[in-house]
Amino acid sequence: MSLSISLTVNGDRCDVDLDDPRVTLLDLLRERMALPGTKKGCDRGQCGACTVLVNGRRINSCLTLAVTLNGAEVTTIEGLAAGEDLHPVQTAFIEHDGFQCGYCTPGQIMSAVGLIAEGQAGDDAERIREGMSGNLCRCSAYHGITEAVQDAARRMASADERKSA
Amino acid sequence: MPKDSGIGAASKRREDVRFLTGKGKYTDDINLAGQAYVHFLRSDVAHAKIVSVDTSAAAAMPGVVRIFTGDDFSGVGGLPCGWQVTDRNGQPMQEPPHPVLAQGKVRHVGDPIAAVVAESAAQARTAAEAIEVTLDELPPQIDMAAALKDGAPKVHDELTSNLCYDWVFGSDDAAIDAAFSGAAHVTTLDLVNQRLAPNAMEPRVAVGDYNDAAGDSTLYTTSQNPHVIRLLMGAFVLGIPEHKLRVVAPDVGGGFGSKIFHYAEEAFCTFAAKELKRPVKWTASRSEAFMTDAQGRDHVTKIELALDADGKFLGVRTHTMANMGAYLSTFAPSVPTYLHGTLMAGNYTTPAIQVNVKAVFTNTVAVDAYRGAGRPEATYQLERVIDKAAREMGMDPVEIRRKNFITSFPYATPVAVEYDTGNYVATMDKLLEMIDREGFEARRAEAASRGKLRGLGINCYIEACGIAPSALVGQLGARAGLYESATVRVNATGGLVVMTGSHSHGQGHETSFAQVVADMIGIDENMVEIVHGDTANTPMGMGTYGSRSLAVGGSAMVRATEKIIAKAKKIAAHLLEAADTDIELKDGQFTVAGTDRSVAWGDVTLAAYVPHNYPITEIEPGLEETAFYDPNNFTYPAGAYACEVEVDPDTGKVEIKGFAAADDFGNIVNPMIVDGQVHGGIAQGIGQALLEDCRYDETGQILTGSYMDYAMPRADDLPFYQVDHSCQTPCTHNPLGVKGCGEAGAIGSPPAVVNAVVDALQRGGMSHVTHIDMPLTPSRVWAAMQG
Repeated sequence: MSLSISLTVNGDRCDVDLDDPRVTLLDLLRERMALPGTKKGCDRGQCGACTVLVNGRRINSCLTLAVTLNGAEVTTIEGLAAGEDLHPVQTAFIEHDGFQCGYCTPGQIMSAVGLIAEGQAGDDAERIREGMSGNLCRCSAYHGITEAVQDAARRMASADERKSA
Repeated sequence: MPKDSGIGAASKRREDVRFLTGKGKYTDDINLAGQAYVHFLRSDVAHAKIVSVDTSAAAAMPGVVRIFTGDDFSGVGGLPCGWQVTDRNGQPMQEPPHPVLAQGKVRHVGDPIAAVVAESAAQARTAAEAIEVTLDELPPQIDMAAALKDGAPKVHDELTSNLCYDWVFGSDDAAIDAAFSGAAHVTTLDLVNQRLAPNAMEPRVAVGDYNDAAGDSTLYTTSQNPHVIRLLMGAFVLGIPEHKLRVVAPDVGGGFGSKIFHYAEEAFCTFAAKELKRPVKWTASRSEAFMTDAQGRDHVTKIELALDADGKFLGVRTHTMANMGAYLSTFAPSVPTYLHGTLMAGNYTTPAIQVNVKAVFTNTVAVDAYRGAGRPEATYQLERVIDKAAREMGMDPVEIRRKNFITSFPYATPVAVEYDTGNYVATMDKLLEMIDREGFEARRAEAASRGKLRGLGINCYIEACGIAPSALVGQLGARAGLYESATVRVNATGGLVVMTGSHSHGQGHETSFAQVVADMIGIDENMVEIVHGDTANTPMGMGTYGSRSLAVGGSAMVRATEKIIAKAKKIAAHLLEAADTDIELKDGQFTVAGTDRSVAWGDVTLAAYVPHNYPITEIEPGLEETAFYDPNNFTYPAGAYACEVEVDPDTGKVEIKGFAAADDFGNIVNPMIVDGQVHGGIAQGIGQALLEDCRYDETGQILTGSYMDYAMPRADDLPFYQVDHSCQTPCTHNPLGVKGCGEAGAIGSPPAVVNAVVDALQRGGMSHVTHIDMPLTPSRVWAAMQG
C-alpha cells in the first residue's frame, strides 16, 4: 500500500509516500524526514514531549496519523528560530532557566508558542501552568518554564503593539 | 555583588541553544547504517516457571533476523550487583543470579523471555506476538511481610528464603535499650515510604555496534556513568576486555538514579551486535520503562524516638523492610543500608541510634537508587517522628529541633559518619526569615473564613553526598572505587578541553565546570570545552549520582588544572628568565612578582607546543594533565524546609500555598543552576508527598503503568518556590568547598508537605490525625479526617 501526502514542514513543501497508514506524524518527522528534534516520551499523548504546531495549533504528534495531514502546515522545533535569531520563547527559556536535560524542551517550547498564540493565558502564572500542564518535565523546571512563558508573552504582546502602532 | 563570570556567576548554560533548537543528540537520535531492531517479549505474569518457548513460527515472520532466548545466554555472565551487604550475623547477603534473558523462571511482569531482532521495529514487535510461550504460574510474592513468612514461596529457588539480608547498624543493644528505658517519653510511628517510578522523560535506549575488522564493540546507551557500564558489562557479563569495548552516553534526557544501573538490554544489544555482525537498537516504550527501569523507595518502617522530659533526644530505633524487587539491581543493597542508616542522626545530637533493615525479594520490578536514594527515607521518618513527638509533648516543632541541633563540628554520629561542617541554626533562622511564621495565624484565620484548613510544616534534613571515599565504601561492601577523574588538555592557542569522568544529563556541567577552570586560569569561559560521556575520550570515572559531580569530579578537575598551572608557570619562568616560584598567574597573565614583566597565557601555551625557546631538559613539551580525586569523606549538605498548605475539608484536596527551602551547599559555583536543581528536587519530593505511587495488584500486575495512572507532577500541581542558599559552610575537605545540591530538594520536601497537612488537620480540630501515608491524595486525606 502506498499513500501519498503533500505537506509543508518548517516552510518546506514535502511530498511523502507512506508505505504504512499507521505512521504517526512523530515517526514521520523523526524517522523519515531527519527531524529528530521532536521527542518521543510516551507515544500515547500523555507527556507532551512530541508537541508540534499543525496549522498554528499545538498537537501531540504521536497521536496524529501522518495520512491525515495532506496540505497541512507543520512547524517543529527545528523551524522555530529564524536562522541564528531565536524565537522569543526560546530566548525566554534561556533567561529563566526553563529546562535542564533538554528532552522535554522541544515540546515545552512548541506548546508555549501555541499557548501564547491561543491568547487565553496572557501572563497570568496560574493560567499558564494550566495551559502548560500537558507537557511533563521530570527535571521539573516548571518554575522557570512558567516564568519564561510569562516573559515571552509580555515581550510578544509589546512587540505586537509596537507593530500595530 | 554577583559576579559576571567564573566561580559564583549565574552564567547562562552553554548547553541551552543546542537543546532549544532541537539539536541535542540523544541515544534514540543515533541510527547506524544497517542497524536491526530488537523487541523484547516480556513476561505478562509476575512469577512462573518457563515450560517452553517456541520461536519457530515467529522466526519465519517477515524481516526477522534472529530470535534469542535465555538459552543463548547460558555461556554469558549474569548482571552483577555492585555492593555486598553483610548481615547481622556476619554472613554475606543472599545474591541470586540475574540472567540477561530469563532462564527457567520469570520473576516479575516485564522480565524478558525472548528477544526478536528484525529489520524494523514494527517487524520485531509483530514477530514477538507469534512466539509461543508456555508458563506454569507460581504464587507471586508482592507484599514484603508475606514474602518473609516461613514457607513463603521463593522468588529464587536457589536461596534459602526471600530475605536478602537482615542488617543491624549503629549503637549496640545495651546502649539503645538504656536510652529507651531511661526516657521520659517515647514516640512511635509506623509509616510507608511508597514505591516511586523514576520516569526520566527520555526512555532508555541502547544501540550495540560491532566492528568486525578490529574486533571492537561499541554501546551507545542512556547512562549516567558510561565507564561503570563498560566495566560491569565488559568484565562481568560479556567478557569483553575494556580496551575492546567503548561505551558512549551522549545527551541523556534525565536520569534521577535510574540510568546509573547496568541493564539487561544494554548487554543484549552489545552481545547481539557481535553475534549478528550488525548494529542492534532497542528503544524502550514508556510501558517498558514502567516495567524495567529500577524503581525507588518502597520501605515499610517503624521508628521510635526516645526523649527526656525537656525534649532532648535520647535514642532512635528503627525497623525497616526494604523491597529489593525480583533481582538485585546494581547498587540496590546499599540504598536501605549505607545510604539510609548512616543518616539517621539527622541534624541532631541523639546519642544512641540503632537501625535494622530487612531487605526482601518480591515479584516486582527491581528497586534501586532514585533521587536521594535512602536519604529521603531516613529524613522522612526522622522528621515525621520528631513532629509527632513535639505535638505529643506540647512543644513547638522548631524549638524541639533547635534544642537537639548539632552545633559543634566535626561531629561523629553513632551511625558511622563524621559531619565535617554545618550550621543548622543558621539555615533554620534563614528559613524562618523567609516564611513569615508570625503571620501564619492570620493566614490560617483568613483561610478558615473561606472554609479551608491551613497548616504549616517545618523540618530539617541532612544528606551524605559527594560519594565517596573509596577505602570507606570498600569496607562497607562496595565492589567499586568511587573516585572521579579529569584530563585537562590545553591546546597551543590557549583553549582547553576538559575530559571528565562524570556525566551531565541536565546538571549543566558544560557550563559550571567551565566556570571553575576559567576562573582558576583567568580566561574567558568560552575558551573551555567540557567533554563527557564517551569512554574513548574521557579518563576512567565513576559518573554522576549521589550529588557527587562537582564535589568529586570538580575536585579532580581542579587538581588537574593545578598541575597545568604549575607546569605553565615553569614555562613562563623560562620565558621571563625568572624563578618559577616568583611567577604569579592572574587574569590569564603570568607575571614576575613585584615587576611589570609578564607573558600571556596564550604565549605560554604556544611555547609548550612550539618549544623553540623552552627548558626542554627540565620539562616535557605539551600541556596536558590528568588527575584522579578520591575524597576522604562524604559531604554533608543540610538545610531547613517549610511548606504551607490548605486542605479542603469537603474533599481532602491539598493545595500548596507556599514552599521555602534554606539550604547549605557550601560554596556555590553557579547559583542559577543550583536554583534549578533545588526546584527539581522539591518538585519530585512534592510529587512523592501528594501524587506519585507505583502500585502492584496482588498478582503482581503494575496498576500504574502509564501517565494516566501514575500521577506525575505537572505544571499546575506546583507553586513557585522560595529558595535560598546563602548559608554556606564550605566543605572542609575538597578544594572547591562544595557539597552538592542535586538531591536536597527531594530529601527535604516530603516531610515538609506531610507535616503541613497533619498540622492543618490538627489545627482544624482533628486531633486523631497524627499521620497519613504518602501520597496524600484527596481520598486518603478525606478518609483520615473521617477517623
